[in-house]
Amino acid sequence: MEQGSLLAKISEASCNIRSVLEMAGSLQVTLKPEPSVEERELANAAADQYEQNLTVNEDLKQMLESNKDSAKLDAMKRIVGMIAKGKNASELFPAVVKNVASKNIEIKKLVYVYLMRYAEEQQDLALLSISTFQRALKDPNQLIRASALRVLSSIRVPIIVPIMMLAIKEASADLSPYVRKNAAHAIQKLYSLDPEQKEMLIEVIEKLLKDKSTLVAGSVVMAFEEVCPDRIDLIHKNYRKLCNLLVDVEEWGQVVIIHMLTRYARTQFVSPWKEDPASFSAQDISALGMNQDCVIKDGVLEEDNEKDFYESDEEQKEKDQKVKKPYAMDPDHRLLIRNTKPLLQSRNAAVVMAVAQLYWHLAPKSEAGIVSKSLVRLLRSNREVQYIVLQNIATMSIQRKGMFEPYLKSFYVRSTDPTMIKTSKLEILTNLANEANISTLLREFQTYVKSQDKQFAAATIQAIGRCATNISEVTDTCLNGLVCLLSNRDEIVVAESVVVIKKLLQTQPAHHGEIIKHMAKLLDTITVPVARASILWLIGEYCERVPKIAPDVLRKMAKSFTNEDDLVKLQILNLGAKLYLTNSKQTKLLTQYILNLGKYDQSYDIRDRTRFIRQLIVPNEKSGALSKYAKKIFLAQKPAPLLESPFKDRDRFQLGTLSHTLNTKAIGYLELSNWPEVAPDPSVRNVEVIELGKEWSVALGKAKKEKPTEKFYSDSEEEESASTTDTESESTSESEKEKNGKEEGSSMENSESSSEELSDSESESKEGSAKKKFKTTEESDSDDTEKKTKMISKKRESSGSSDSESSSTEESSSDSESESDSESDAESRKHKNAIASKRKQMAVPEKKASSKQDVSLLDLDDFNPVSTPVAVPTPAILSPSLVADLEGLSLSRSSVIDVSSPIFVPMKTHELLHRMSGKGLAAHYHFSRQPCIYGNQMVSVQVTLTNTTDQKLENIHVGERKLPAGMKMHVFNPIEFLEPEESITVSMGIDFCDSTQTASFQLCTKEDHFNVNIQPPVGELLLPVTMSEKDFKTEQGMLTGMNETSTTITVAPQNSTRLVLLEKVVKAANLGVVPSGQDNIHRFSAKTVHSGSLMLVTVELKEGSTAQLIINTEKTVIGSILLRELKPVLSQG
Amino acid sequence: MIHSLFLINCSGDIFLEKHWKSVVSQSVCDYFFEAQEKAADVENVPPVISTPHHYLISIYREKIFFVSVIQTEVPPLFVIEFLHRVADTFQDYFGECSETAIKDNVVIVYELLEEMLDNGFPLATESNILKELIKPPTILRSVVNSITGSSNMGETLPTGQLSNIPWRRAVVKYTNNEAYFDVIEEIDAIIDKSGSTVFAEIQGVIDSCIKLSGMPDLSLSFMNPRLLDDVSFHPCIRFKRWESERVLSFIPPDGNFRLISYRVSSQNLVAIPVYVKHIISFKENSSSGRFDVTIGPKQNMGKTVEGVIVTVHMPKAVLNMNLTSTQGSYTFDPVLKVLTWDIGKITPQKLPNLKGIVNLQSGAPKPEENPSLNVQFKIQQLAISGLKVNRLDMFGEKYKPFKGVKYITKAGKFQVRT
Repeated sequence: MEQGSLLAKISEASCNIRSVLEMAGSLQVTLKPEPSVEERELANAAADQYEQNLTVNEDLKQMLESNKDSAKLDAMKRIVGMIAKGKNASELFPAVVKNVASKNIEIKKLVYVYLMRYAEEQQDLALLSISTFQRALKDPNQLIRASALRVLSSIRVPIIVPIMMLAIKEASADLSPYVRKNAAHAIQKLYSLDPEQKEMLIEVIEKLLKDKSTLVAGSVVMAFEEVCPDRIDLIHKNYRKLCNLLVDVEEWGQVVIIHMLTRYARTQFVSPWKEDPASFSAQDISALGMNQDCVIKDGVLEEDNEKDFYESDEEQKEKDQKVKKPYAMDPDHRLLIRNTKPLLQSRNAAVVMAVAQLYWHLAPKSEAGIVSKSLVRLLRSNREVQYIVLQNIATMSIQRKGMFEPYLKSFYVRSTDPTMIKTSKLEILTNLANEANISTLLREFQTYVKSQDKQFAAATIQAIGRCATNISEVTDTCLNGLVCLLSNRDEIVVAESVVVIKKLLQTQPAHHGEIIKHMAKLLDTITVPVARASILWLIGEYCERVPKIAPDVLRKMAKSFTNEDDLVKLQILNLGAKLYLTNSKQTKLLTQYILNLGKYDQSYDIRDRTRFIRQLIVPNEKSGALSKYAKKIFLAQKPAPLLESPFKDRDRFQLGTLSHTLNTKAIGYLELSNWPEVAPDPSVRNVEVIELGKEWSVALGKAKKEKPTEKFYSDSEEEESASTTDTESESTSESEKEKNGKEEGSSMENSESSSEELSDSESESKEGSAKKKFKTTEESDSDDTEKKTKMISKKRESSGSSDSESSSTEESSSDSESESDSESDAESRKHKNAIASKRKQMAVPEKKASSKQDVSLLDLDDFNPVSTPVAVPTPAILSPSLVADLEGLSLSRSSVIDVSSPIFVPMKTHELLHRMSGKGLAAHYHFSRQPCIYGNQMVSVQVTLTNTTDQKLENIHVGERKLPAGMKMHVFNPIEFLEPEESITVSMGIDFCDSTQTASFQLCTKEDHFNVNIQPPVGELLLPVTMSEKDFKTEQGMLTGMNETSTTITVAPQNSTRLVLLEKVVKAANLGVVPSGQDNIHRFSAKTVHSGSLMLVTVELKEGSTAQLIINTEKTVIGSILLRELKPVLSQG
Repeated sequence: MIHSLFLINCSGDIFLEKHWKSVVSQSVCDYFFEAQEKAADVENVPPVISTPHHYLISIYREKIFFVSVIQTEVPPLFVIEFLHRVADTFQDYFGECSETAIKDNVVIVYELLEEMLDNGFPLATESNILKELIKPPTILRSVVNSITGSSNMGETLPTGQLSNIPWRRAVVKYTNNEAYFDVIEEIDAIIDKSGSTVFAEIQGVIDSCIKLSGMPDLSLSFMNPRLLDDVSFHPCIRFKRWESERVLSFIPPDGNFRLISYRVSSQNLVAIPVYVKHIISFKENSSSGRFDVTIGPKQNMGKTVEGVIVTVHMPKAVLNMNLTSTQGSYTFDPVLKVLTWDIGKITPQKLPNLKGIVNLQSGAPKPEENPSLNVQFKIQQLAISGLKVNRLDMFGEKYKPFKGVKYITKAGKFQVRT
């Protein structure tokens, strides 16, 4: 304590000194026309003091001594007003203290207020009041006892420490939980007054920790954290109780308890994150190794897992199972994670954040995702809450992108957000950027760059730079976009762009001579020192790439050297030195001139640098061996800067703490320990020896009976955990499911019938519509029940054997998918002949399938409403909506553009399955370049299957599919048999989502299944469109900046004729030819299959067999890949 | 935890201080003023400031900074949430949380702060309990008090604090028993230049006013509870019941309180009730620009859109605006460069339009970005998400309460990029 009080005194003293200094400072500035704030305050304070001393005090004293309560009350109110304003009222102490025993409650309370404020200063007089409190401590009314203890312990007078200690001890054994709560508060107060009492206080804490009242729990844990946070052993016995009480504790207590339990758990349990593949059971692998698109399954699975653990544990019989599993979560660990989950729905942001950090630090990685939704909810809250939550999300999003990816749009910036919120959001958006969403993000960033808030615009440019380095596909695009920004009017924007471009060029200095030249020109106009310095550094570093310009720049800089900023001067010196070493003939004199200027500069930094450089580069007798290596020193390969998030190492602090927010260790920060290698003995948490024999859940049930009033919310939960027989819990969950199933059935009906209405016009020709309607509803019903039973049986299975589980989940999901598929397939078959417009027909089943999928997702959600919230907005859903967005965009403006038939269909086939590895089954595929009949977002693929064996191959079909998020696939109908030496061609549709990701699936025969995959060349992700040259130009005009990528290539001579060039290009990519007025410019247009974004390709032949290749598209990723692929096509013969 | 609290007004005067542990000198606020100066805008003052010996955590509410002094590690949200709770309590007690209200009621404020925090740890933050301890000021009471000299301290000691339902005060009695629920939904959206929705979600709350005698146990059920996918609850709600049956079951606090707040985020569920057509352009090398905005109803389920206000933060270079509106009135603040167009009700027959000339400072470069439009509106009798209350049942008491539900949809952060 002495240390503490010393610190406090020091701090106070330093504060005083500081304010005095400041006053002194302000006094010094005599030129100020008005008195400064401090001066005025000083004057006011002095005047107040004066006034107070003369009149008010006497007045008040008299009032306090009067017989009337009303006068006393009036006086006390005025005194409190003085205290509130920070005025000194200590003189009145004797007069006030007399009233401590007043009968009037309000006077009494106000006297308490006064006492707490001044007792420390007037210790002797304060002792007068003690006896009153001591009497009150024995009062029969618990509230009076409590408040007496509160005031007594708040009077910071060291002499009464023994009295306080006694009072606390007594109060901690009080019958009233409210008094015990106050005792817990008093512990901290006494501890801060006299740390010597620690040992005794710990005894009291130990006693109070055992308390079963929810009122006490929060306060005593607070006291524990303050007095003896390292005595983790005190928690053992109370751990389970705290976990179970948690929901009923008041919200402030919850925060404290959760933080304490997080620390506790990190010392007591082994890490649930261990990733040792060899020791995984099949279950774990499927749970952890799943892709993002399988989160739904994941959720279900985990939930099952969870149940599994409990059941096995509560029954304490499945020890053999435990032996099999290398990692099984300690049931106590699971208890904590489970019991904190409901609190995510608290109205208190601090509680939600506390749970979120607990999940982050303790839960298995697959489960931590459930907190993201709640955190995103907090973003609606006040500015301050947003700020803190965004910071924490930023830290989380670096390590686990997947958690917040579905909520990408929640972090979009509004122009009305405060700058600090904007930058935090931007930080998160940058962290979340990946190949799939980068084009959307870059479009969003384009809006931000134009923002009126220039500080934010600059931050956006940095963000673009970071995206460019992290995602190599868009580097060129970003670079081009940034170069465009160089012509911006705002200097801050230009400067920031220069700095970012410099960093980008450094990461890949391949062929950017042009950009460097461009930037060299900027030197004439730009004035921001950092930007000038960056340009100079770039020119110096790559002076060999711009041999003509560099010396000229040096000449110009030599002229303006004296007027430059120090930062720029240093870079001029650098540039001089580098040029001197590479091109001494031209620059020797210039460099020496600059060195001479530098020698007499005002800044010692520059003089110093000058001296250093001169010694290093100018050879003379005196210079040592070092000058021989000057070239190596100056022109060494510099490592490229890593553009990293400023939140990168924040995770060394526990999330949600002050230290995390400040990014420095705050006073009293308690380190979160690493997981122990081996878990300490878990039996320490067992409550009593007698109970150890039984299951402790039964003990809990007992506890509940003892004090039924205390459990308010957790009733049903208690029951649940008390029900040891798994059948019971299962039956309830089953009935729940059934209910949901019913509901879902009706909703399904709805969606079905609504889509039905759409397709009616077509189907009526075949069957009576009424009949059909009936049929479909029936169908959906039966589907339902089927699914339901499947789920249930799956649950059953899962409790039995863990191995079969993963496969069954996967199966069921793939089943449901194929169900919808086959249905839509059948539908489309039926309609095939009847319909005139092809497109419309395709739209119908497509829509149906998607609506259906939505429904099934909702279903899963219902099966377990708690655990799957992550699942709902996975990319699978997000991307269609995004796609819809994009579609809306492209439709709205490109009404003139029609899909045309391909000009050229390459016959090149790709191998899908070699006959050796396929046990005789060979498969090849090629892209037919026709609009796919299965869906207008799909690419049609022709697969040729050949039987090279001498036996019949039966039942050839597509089995399990592993598609990246958002990708869809329409498979061919199973082939019943394939005769030896026979081959058959079937068509499939694959929606690649406009990416070159691989579609993997299994090709199955009756006996075997083979893993195969199809990766589309980027040229096949397009559909040719026809448009006029004029349209092309207007479209191109809209797709500039970030949306444009270009390169210069050397064209092989034989390619330079029009026909050959056209042939080559359309062969490489499915592009349509746009008629062109000029002979040397060739234009091609297409749209992407999935999103329908335009892809405009221009080849402009120039003199000397070079050509400019330009691609304009919103889909920047595909654009740059296409650019890369077209390059060799044109340059090779 | 929380050491001291300073209330600071916009002009930088510390008008109230309260210490829960030893006294911290006012000079600690200098660090805050320093940060405030650096931030330029009040909105940008960082909520957490580190000083050599203390940490300052602040919130900004109703033109007052609540600055708390912290000495050791504490979750910052804990403090922020508490400070907001303090501001809410002031609002609740005095009708407004302004500097004058606080100064006028300084004694009550002090008494409240004393009860809310003990040694820096929150003690009683439920409004029901606080009101039992300290009665809120009313004109009648203050007159009576000044005559009889009685106090605004509760005569009876609060029992709510001791019960297992700490949010409800004991022995409630009403002659008319009523329970009202307001379902209020706000649409947050970003609409891009071409009119398509970039981002949209619905933020809903159910605010309740419950004046029921005794200990009623209510359960509120919805027609379509599955709409609510992300909900936060008042502590009175039984969580397990919601989990299993999707029914809100609770013993309510007495008076006004927020029962739940929820979020409907799935984008296709969010109907956007208005559309905005806009042409805002600035000519290169000329000191004027065009401004033409029309607003019309869309997907409003046959309800009238009313209380429409469009606010535009014009670029700095704008000098003034000469506009004519077909409906409503507009004002342009030439200092803040804010255009406010108060339209009122939208009638589909004649769409409100505001157009005219924007004058720029001569010589200033053409603004790069068009300003975004912030739209406010209100639709009565409609919850845009389609949420519907099914029924309210009461158990535990015999009388028949009067029940009522009101729906309203509003624009939240509704922004149209141009």
